[in-house]
Amino acid sequence: MITFDGVTKRYADGTVAVDHLSLEVPTGEITVFVGPSGCGKTTSLRMINRMIDATEGRILLDGVDVKTIDPPTLRRGIGYVIQQAGLFPHRKIVDNVATVPHLLGWDRKKARDRAMELLERVGLDLKLADRYPFQLSGGQQQRVGVARALAADPPVLLMDEPFSAVDPIVRASLQEELLRLQAELNKTIVFVTHDIDEAVKLGDRVAVLRVGGHLAQLDAPSTLLARPADDFVREFLGRDRGIRRLSFVTDEGVRLRTDLTVPASAEISSVRDTAEPWLAVVDEENRPLGWVSVKDLPESGTLADARPAPYGTFVRGRDSLRAALDATLLSPSRSAIAVDDSGRVEGVATREALDEALDKVAGGAGA
Amino acid sequence: MHEEPLVRWDWIGRNWPNIQVLLEDHVVMSLVPIVVGLLVALPLGLACVRWRWLYQPTVGVMNVVYSLPSLAVFIVLIPVTGLATRTTVMIPLTFYAMAVLIPAVVDGLTAVPDHVRQSAVAMGFTPLRRLLRVELPIAVPVVLAGLRVAAVSSISLVSVGALVGRGGLGYLFIDGWQRQFYTPIIVGIVLVVLLAAVADMLLVLAQRLLTPWSRARGSA
Repeated sequence: MITFDGVTKRYADGTVAVDHLSLEVPTGEITVFVGPSGCGKTTSLRMINRMIDATEGRILLDGVDVKTIDPPTLRRGIGYVIQQAGLFPHRKIVDNVATVPHLLGWDRKKARDRAMELLERVGLDLKLADRYPFQLSGGQQQRVGVARALAADPPVLLMDEPFSAVDPIVRASLQEELLRLQAELNKTIVFVTHDIDEAVKLGDRVAVLRVGGHLAQLDAPSTLLARPADDFVREFLGRDRGIRRLSFVTDEGVRLRTDLTVPASAEISSVRDTAEPWLAVVDEENRPLGWVSVKDLPESGTLADARPAPYGTFVRGRDSLRAALDATLLSPSRSAIAVDDSGRVEGVATREALDEALDKVAGGAGA
Repeated sequence: MHEEPLVRWDWIGRNWPNIQVLLEDHVVMSLVPIVVGLLVALPLGLACVRWRWLYQPTVGVMNVVYSLPSLAVFIVLIPVTGLATRTTVMIPLTFYAMAVLIPAVVDGLTAVPDHVRQSAVAMGFTPLRRLLRVELPIAVPVVLAGLRVAAVSSISLVSVGALVGRGGLGYLFIDGWQRQFYTPIIVGIVLVVLLAAVADMLLVLAQRLLTPWSRARGSA
């Protein structure tokens, strides 16, 4: 756990970058510091590994004041990922990753093996190990940056706007990768960003800072979206926080109907008299094929002869209400097909069912 | 009177041992100032990066030194270091090399990207180790580029020392001019140019070997 205890950073010219910041970063979680430029988020991050020293207050790392630890020693025990990766241009990728193990005096073979293991872990082709940084794309360099930060297996990881210099598609994949890694590694991560969407996507908890280094709110993303503490936070969260909030609501409360699916082998005559306008057709393994409009069915034959319309699915128990709602927009029936992890149909979430679930969310949040 | 050929090969053959001595002298007198210049420029350049206010005065002084005519400096030094000694020639050449190499060292070190320096700090490099393992290696291409300029100018300037009795291959120019005999002049020019070309090639080769990571940046 990292504890900020009344931490202030005041520069010689009187500028206050961080003002009496007190908060806790729980072990094994991602805590995001987010805010506009000048809110002291990077300064706060850098006070943890003493790249900047606090003017007042204490920062405790598992109860130990960081000021009592010699900076190089402290830093070798804390992973750090910087914007633009900050790779050493004169060292091969594998040696870049092995930097901290080398500093810690591991033997060459062990350091190299560890570096290779990490390159694999962050999803990089091992053929890249003997290249130089300039031969890699920005996204690949950033992955190397993450691998390097993890090399000596530090319990704490500091990430300073690590994904803001890459394009949006690469950024999204790096974010997914980080969440996947974190699920395996359970590091204590402090992540700095100015991008509220990134904060909400990655953070177990999000600290919103305002200019002058004041903490405006520290909460789980869903709470933040549901109950912003004040106008500053509300404005910073942006317009569509209602919809975004649904990303944090599980789909488990959504009632499913099982009477709307029919196998492709069924005779058309057997379904013609149903009262439902749309039916979901499934194959023999119970995988979705698409929607059919009952009134537009051919005269005879099986449902396999009908041309099914596109459909949207969500994974039951894993996806959010937002994903379920999104799936309805992809279907002409305006219903979403719920599938299990292996893609087999569990049932259909109709608009009525989703409306009920949304009512519960809105009622519960009081927003 | 019969027509004199431009190059008298028989003269070259007879005088080859002497030419070899001159060549050796030339190599020593141009090489030592570059090496000493580099050894002095490194700490001075580091100091200029560490204490920014030092840089402008240092460059100012070095530029004034660079503007002094070499012959004038040789003559001023004769009473101190002697006529026709290597030292008299090498002292000014060392200063000229420094004038080129100090800015090269400073430029090389300041060209280290900030995010690279910061990530070195964040990973727990001590300041000395960061300098030796990160900042200096990254400065190598810029320093080597400076070294190429210093080497070629040093090789060419040694010849001027002939006017104070110690100019390596430069002696051949004086000798040829005094006797209105072109062969030694041509031999001297060819050898000086060859020497400069070889030195430059060796430095380019060193750059390729030392900095394979910078090749794609168009520096070689």
